[in-house]
Amino acid sequence: MQLQIQGLTRRFGDFVANDAIDLTIEPGEIHCLLGENGAGKSTLMNMLYGLLEPSAGQILLDGKPVHFNTPGDAIDAGIGMVHQHFMLVPVFTVAENVMLGREGGPILNRKAAGQRVRDLSDRYGLHVDPKALVEDIPVGVQQRVEILKALANEAKVLILDEPTAVLTPQEIDELMEIMRQLKAQGTSIIFITHKLREVKAVGDKISVIRRGKIVGTADPSASEAELAEMMVGREVNLVVDKDAPEVGQPVLEARGVTIIDPRGHEVVKDVSFEARAGEVLGIAGVQGNGQTELIKSLLGLVRPSAGDIVLDGDSIAKHGPKRSLAAGIGYIPEDRSHDGYVATFSVRENLVLDLYRTPEFSSGPALKLAAIERNADQRIAEFDIRTTSRETPVGSLSGGNQQKVVVAREFSRPLKVLIASQPTRGVDVGSIEFIHKRIIEERDRGTAVIIVSTELDEIFALSDRIAVMYDGRIVDTVSPDIEREQIGLLMAGAVPEKGGAA
Amino acid sequence: MSEKDDKVPAEESSPAESPARTDGPTASSTSGEGEPGAKSGSEDATATKSPETKPAGRSSSALVDTVLTTAAAIFLALVIGAVLMALSNQEVIDSMGYFFVYPWDFFTRSFDVVTTSYGALLKASLGSGEAVSHTLNRAAPLICAGLGVSLAFRSGLFNIGAQGQIILGTLAASYVGFTWDLPAVLLLPTSVLAGILAGALWGAIAGLLKAATGAHEVISTIMLNSIAASGILAYALGEMKSFQRPGDELGLPQSPPVPDSAAFPEVFGVHLGVLLAILAAVVVWWLLTRSTLGFELRSVGANPDASRTAGMSTGKVFILTMAIAGALSGLAATMLINGDQASNNASLVGTIGFDAITVALLGRGTPLGSVLAGLLFGALAVGGGAMQTSSAGTAPEIVQVVQGLIVLFVAAPAAVRWLVRQRRKEPTDTFAAKEATA
Repeated sequence: MQLQIQGLTRRFGDFVANDAIDLTIEPGEIHCLLGENGAGKSTLMNMLYGLLEPSAGQILLDGKPVHFNTPGDAIDAGIGMVHQHFMLVPVFTVAENVMLGREGGPILNRKAAGQRVRDLSDRYGLHVDPKALVEDIPVGVQQRVEILKALANEAKVLILDEPTAVLTPQEIDELMEIMRQLKAQGTSIIFITHKLREVKAVGDKISVIRRGKIVGTADPSASEAELAEMMVGREVNLVVDKDAPEVGQPVLEARGVTIIDPRGHEVVKDVSFEARAGEVLGIAGVQGNGQTELIKSLLGLVRPSAGDIVLDGDSIAKHGPKRSLAAGIGYIPEDRSHDGYVATFSVRENLVLDLYRTPEFSSGPALKLAAIERNADQRIAEFDIRTTSRETPVGSLSGGNQQKVVVAREFSRPLKVLIASQPTRGVDVGSIEFIHKRIIEERDRGTAVIIVSTELDEIFALSDRIAVMYDGRIVDTVSPDIEREQIGLLMAGAVPEKGGAA
Repeated sequence: MSEKDDKVPAEESSPAESPARTDGPTASSTSGEGEPGAKSGSEDATATKSPETKPAGRSSSALVDTVLTTAAAIFLALVIGAVLMALSNQEVIDSMGYFFVYPWDFFTRSFDVVTTSYGALLKASLGSGEAVSHTLNRAAPLICAGLGVSLAFRSGLFNIGAQGQIILGTLAASYVGFTWDLPAVLLLPTSVLAGILAGALWGAIAGLLKAATGAHEVISTIMLNSIAASGILAYALGEMKSFQRPGDELGLPQSPPVPDSAAFPEVFGVHLGVLLAILAAVVVWWLLTRSTLGFELRSVGANPDASRTAGMSTGKVFILTMAIAGALSGLAATMLINGDQASNNASLVGTIGFDAITVALLGRGTPLGSVLAGLLFGALAVGGGAMQTSSAGTAPEIVQVVQGLIVLFVAAPAAVRWLVRQRRKEPTDTFAAKEATA
């Protein structure tokens, strides 16, 4: 099936999220849609999937104009979407999830559903067991269940929205193999991503979207630098310039930290490490292997059930965030919209979210509004935060600028330790470059830096030492000279050969 | 749909983010109480994507929107109130019997009823100096208690407990007022302070329960209301000899009113409490916009997780907020005891504590809004009685219906906004899109 988009436009008030987009996706083509966050990729896909109504323009399937009011219309027309966040019921089996919403009458026919899953799974080489419970299978397989759901609905065009964000390097390879299989069977794929490596590996055609417009198309043979330049609109430095670290004393230490989550699972198991002044310690690992909890315990948001956290020789495990922040820990949380900023607060207010009690910004019970305003103007200029004014709510900025607000706030006081979790997730290439530069500057100032990231590129770009987490443990600590594949294996839980990397 | 919801307390701000989300309910990271699971981090990417599906520029248009919506809600409620007035009037009903013969009667009589009733309402509430003073005195407790509910809204707490807090306030203020033997300069402030403290204490209990055990404030404040009304107040009036006015043993038990030395001084019939209510609004405004506590309070209300990460103690904020909200309700109580010099009895507080919630809703959780809404409801309450004594003889309950309708329309802003838009003939993007694709 050929999918054609003609002059598709979507406005929100005065803001044009998509401006006269033209695209043609041929049958059996993997069409990559490359763009920074906030470029308009999701708006476009939401229109294709019937979640948003276009302000102008039309969608054609095999030359016939179609109109989607709901995702149901889109599904009926043969468009399938795999969301970044899976829409699966964890306590149901794979087959039950696939038949969800298409039960067909009051009596469930599990057998037929199971057979259908098996057929599809064999046909496209998905290797999914229809009887497995979704909560028991790894994330990569869950994603395949999502793909199965779309295929069961006879999708001819499959939209994959940032599908690799949650996968290990090995799982990414497997996904690409599946994509090629689908393509060979005639399914078209729209592959949304901002990762250049993946686009080059699997794409047939690349369309680059910037500020709501298609700014160009490219061949997969184009260089990464070229693609990045198209995406950002200027030349981008993909490598972080940094000198060898001047490593000092250990500043923050985790000693045998064990954390039990509210559900009673031991999510961090006897983890020990030290972060040293002037050095970047990278913590690599696939999402959900205990990094989140470990990092929260370092700030005092989560209390370890065993072990201790030591800052400059003092135990801080029981201090709580207020004291830990005051003691010189800078904290960039993993999920900025959840923990990093208050969406309805202005840029000005968010820039002092953990500083408003300092004498600089308050005296007694009163805030020093003038000082807070001055601070905002300074930080906005210094960190190049693109906002209409300092009074704009942070929730309405782009992802990169939201992150810059968080980063600017944490960097605006003297730090002993900087803990940054996913510092550039969902951030555009231009801002990544900037944030990375600032992190290295902070390191060179003698701050101990801990970076947690699921993006190997980022870990490699910043780290002076890499600790790999799997299943709540640090399985190994290696130097950044290690091969990508080897780290991939560690992230997947392969036991390191002892006496190997240092 | 791209309309930005106005900053109506508590819940309104989070829906404002979600409609445009790519994947609807499952990924909406509403800042609720729920403990985020290990995978909460994965929501970040969608959340950060929402800007591209968000309209730009909101504050000024949101304000216009709020004012228009509120005005439309009030107008609509008055229109429906007018219809009800007409249809409940005997002469109008009679005229309907021969509507098809002589319809003109129906319309003129309806018109007469409505204009007479609303005319009486207007005259009694604003028509003279005396009327205005009545309205102001009546509005004062509504404003204070409304401020208390508003403040709690801003920290994400739904304070249903104004009623209980006011009851406790009246008990303390009147008890101190009529039993303590103090010189006048001391008696009035002591009595007022006692009312404020009692309200604060009662409010703080709900905050403490939430902070310590996570008990939801809606449940605990409702329970505290019952304890205050059916427990403490009933006990004091029924069992405590020192609280009862001699001679009422057989009838309705009630306390004596406070002596003149414990009463608010009056100027042109307006008692000091009105000034205190305005002052309270200014203090709440300062607290919310200019103080560190207000910063914490608003931050916790908008995103408790980010607030905790920034080192704030949500428990402390809950307790303090509820204490201050209770103090404001306690101040409202003194308007009855020290302002009106009323005897404390089972029906003294009436529904002020619940009207306070409607005041806060109509006032959108802001101090100025609470003052304006309090004045409106005060005027309606004073004018309601006058409608009955007017020649139209309209039931004063119509006023209650109008109040209810106003809040209903404010709480259902989508419906009202749709009406407003129809009148302004300003197409939304959806309409524009439909036109464009048609």
